Amino acid sequence: MNVSEARKRAEDESTEEVVMSLFDNIEKSELNAFITLAKENALKEARRVDRDGAKGALRGIPIALKDCISTKGIETTCGSKILKGYVPPYDAHVVERLRAEGAIIIGKTNMDEFAMGTSTETSHFGPVKNPYDLSRVAGGSSGGSAAAVAGEGVPIALGSDTGGSVRCPASFCGIVGLKPTYGLVSRYGLIAYANSLEQIGPFACNVEDVALLLDVIAGYDPRDSTSMDKKCEYTKELRDDVSDVKIGVPKEFFGEGIDEGVEKAVWDGIKILEDMGASYTDISLPHTRYSLAAYYIIAMSEASSNLARFDGLRYGLRLEKDEDWHTTFSEIRACGFGEEVKRRVLLGTYALSAGYYGKYYLKALKVRTLVKRDFDAALKDVDVLITPTMPFPAFKIGEKTDDPLALYLADVNTVPINLAGVPSISVPCGFVRDLPIGMQIIGRHFDEGRILRTAYTFEQRSGVSC
Amino acid sequence: MITKRDVEHIGWLARIKLTEEEKSKFAKRFNSILDYFEILDEVDPDVPPAYNISGLMNVFRADVVRDSMSQDDALGNAPKKEGEFFKGPRVV
Repeated sequence: MNVSEARKRAEDESTEEVVMSLFDNIEKSELNAFITLAKENALKEARRVDRDGAKGALRGIPIALKDCISTKGIETTCGSKILKGYVPPYDAHVVERLRAEGAIIIGKTNMDEFAMGTSTETSHFGPVKNPYDLSRVAGGSSGGSAAAVAGEGVPIALGSDTGGSVRCPASFCGIVGLKPTYGLVSRYGLIAYANSLEQIGPFACNVEDVALLLDVIAGYDPRDSTSMDKKCEYTKELRDDVSDVKIGVPKEFFGEGIDEGVEKAVWDGIKILEDMGASYTDISLPHTRYSLAAYYIIAMSEASSNLARFDGLRYGLRLEKDEDWHTTFSEIRACGFGEEVKRRVLLGTYALSAGYYGKYYLKALKVRTLVKRDFDAALKDVDVLITPTMPFPAFKIGEKTDDPLALYLADVNTVPINLAGVPSISVPCGFVRDLPIGMQIIGRHFDEGRILRTAYTFEQRSGVSC
Repeated sequence: MITKRDVEHIGWLARIKLTEEEKSKFAKRFNSILDYFEILDEVDPDVPPAYNISGLMNVFRADVVRDSMSQDDALGNAPKKEGEFFKGPRVV
């Protein structure tokens, strides 16, 4: 159900009916997309809308939120045992904005623990299943949000994207997902994993609804010191026209390991845009080959610092018996964190430790400069870059859990975008072996309008939608 | 080459107690991941590090008193508290 269908149904029947039908879908579903449902509050809010009317760009529209986004009064676990039972005393900036525009929060979606994963298999609450094939992953780390939109009729949802965590599940579930430019959306109230890389981003069935949701959540917020005042009215950018758009196709993103069917679908997509009047050239981003290692070093290092706050003192898991200070914390964290979180915190601690800082962390930060310069140079000559979002369609649940490195390699086309801080959208561009594929459209810093317009034009012509 | 002992030390630095089984498993996995990170040795970039991508530096707020979270809200999620304080384990 997209936003205009939800609006029509609310007019024909009632907002309460719309919200109630979603809870029916979710409760019958096998996808495991939600960790917490806010049923009572959502229905109360829906009845209030039916009675008193509502104001705002998202009046009466139900939304699902990834469980790393703080919601006052609604349990927020980040997919982790260590935060089970935690009820935030405040709303994230994006949640304040959603409430002000009349959206109805229906629940908190399942995710990889602390957003560390590409498949939502590291969640303490079990994996999310792919709506197209229940034996496959929904992608990650925002797998619950994507599956709720693709498989349970939820019109819009928010995820967070540190290295592909919105775009990957959008690709695997056949919906639209956007990672905004770093600094466009406030991270206030987003539980931090790797804060120099991550952004909150919208999911929806179509480009128009993604633009509508971005209109609501983007904007300056002094509580996030990296927030920038660069917002536009994105829905106004959606014209069916790409005749002025120059596309660059970076050859490094079509390298080894890319499924042939995926490659073909993306080239067919580029052809559609070319037929619509866009021009394209082959380009090169020469430091792409170093992006994945630099990304993981930076993300793990930041994670080791960010996750130091989970000590069971002010919130979260606490064990019955207290020993001395260090033993108590070490045991709480041993019991509360899952394997992948431990792995990343330990590797991050190692990368930052005496003697290794220069070899790993500092080197990775310098490589980030090189990657950003690649993108800046390429986007001087062309307006957007197009690549496959993921190298392959959704894989089987359990297929990659024994080999962390193999799973990290799946992020090869998404992480360079976070290193460069540029915006990127994944739009459905076809199917391979009955599984959806996403095409990634990357733009200049704060040029979300143009990538949304390119995606919109593509969507009008391609005939692929959810 | 990371040994089981190294992993134990990193676990101590990160305040995560590890079982013997975890130490062996992590040591093995860490070596394959760190081997992959060696790819960065191919570049020796003479460029400044990018701590963040926006170029923003030293963003200050005005030094004025603002409302803050109430004590009840701040203590609301504390697993152990005493009066108006968080209760931690003994320090020494």
